[in-house]
Amino acid sequence: MPDPAILATAVGRRFAGRWAVRDVSLTVAQGESVLVHGANGSGKTTLLRVLASAISPTAGSVTVLGKPAIEARSKVGLLSHADGHYDELSGRDNLELAVKLGHLPDRIDAVLERVGLAARAGDAVRGYSAGMRKRLAFARLLLKAPPVVLMDEPYAALDPAGHQFVDELCAEFSAQGATVLISTHQVGRVAQWCDRAIRMDQGRLGWSGDASELRTRPADAVAAAEERA
Amino acid sequence: MELILESRAVLAKELLHVWRARARLVATGTFALATLLLFSFAGGLNDAALRENSAGYLWIGILLASTLALGEGLRVETEHNAIEMLLLLPVSPAAIFYGKAIGNLLVLLLVGIVMLPFLTVLFDATPTEGVGPLLLCLFAGSAAISAPGTLHATLAARARSRDVLLPLLLFPLVIPCVVAAVQATHLVYAGDPMDQLGSWLGVLFAFCVVHWSVGGLLYSRVVED
Repeated sequence: MPDPAILATAVGRRFAGRWAVRDVSLTVAQGESVLVHGANGSGKTTLLRVLASAISPTAGSVTVLGKPAIEARSKVGLLSHADGHYDELSGRDNLELAVKLGHLPDRIDAVLERVGLAARAGDAVRGYSAGMRKRLAFARLLLKAPPVVLMDEPYAALDPAGHQFVDELCAEFSAQGATVLISTHQVGRVAQWCDRAIRMDQGRLGWSGDASELRTRPADAVAAAEERA
Repeated sequence: MELILESRAVLAKELLHVWRARARLVATGTFALATLLLFSFAGGLNDAALRENSAGYLWIGILLASTLALGEGLRVETEHNAIEMLLLLPVSPAAIFYGKAIGNLLVLLLVGIVMLPFLTVLFDATPTEGVGPLLLCLFAGSAAISAPGTLHATLAARARSRDVLLPLLLFPLVIPCVVAAVQATHLVYAGDPMDQLGSWLGVLFAFCVVHWSVGGLLYSRVVED
């Protein structure tokens, strides 16, 4: 049996004495797509950042594809709120840096074309809109094409065409066998293609179930599912 | 080998960033020159005393300017969490440290070189031992500041009052390096009849070895959350 893509055991993370995530145990199979939802401040972002080893857990452990998360960074792509771009460099410079330092295949032109930034690739990132910055972050993710993809609010700041692009991108990652964890408030939209959903509630894993239960009227479905549980 | 290649790529990024944001570099250089100008006013009309202390003024100017350069170097990393992006690529923390520290060294070296003609104009100081030893002093002194500076700028980067914290952390640590740099530079300007320059440069390089080694080893502790 293959190693799970993500295995989190009793993971907790505390900031300044307050637990942002507490006692979360989670197993995500390879190729599975999981929707992470919950109210603002429920710990979704912290959970994704711990799983990506962007921050270390205060308690518990995380393995990715059978290795401790910090040793599996090359296998994980994280799209987070802070996009990680250098403002004074151009979009192309930022991607070239990622290619050089991450030993990634040099498909910069194709990727820029894909995310719709080819015409502005030479401009400094400080002149980009929030949506363009997000598209550049997607471009970096496409270059890395990791087997485990973690996306935190990927729809934020994007126009309707951008939303469609995110859906297509996730479908593409899934078709390639990648594991996708996506944290979003667009529950109804993402539930259409996700296998499983988990709900974070005040830092803890509140509910976990089949995403199909959320496909219609997500709020009611979550409430009903939680009541049944 | 991997460390060298990654450090080189980080350094290339640092230099490209410095070039693209060169207005900040000009501001840092201007700040350093302004400190020299202030010292020239504060020293009054005693030309001999000004000339005698010119090496000290040079290094205080470089040290004060270093807080601007180091702070800016880490601001660009933390503003959009770019340093986290580097770590997740993944790039080794030691490579990030060496790339950034060498970048800071080159910036401080450039600021120091720009200050030299002004040292001559304002304080009538000319390097009697030649320009070569003077550049060696600048290089060693800048290296002795840039390595601990990069480490402590990273430590201070996420703090709310980082602009205050960086000098508070850095200055006590680099005082011995600055003393050695001032002594070596003074000997280059005033003459070195007792052949002491080599000893002071040796002290400076010893500090460099310690700071650059410790920085590379400790950076992962500082940069990883």
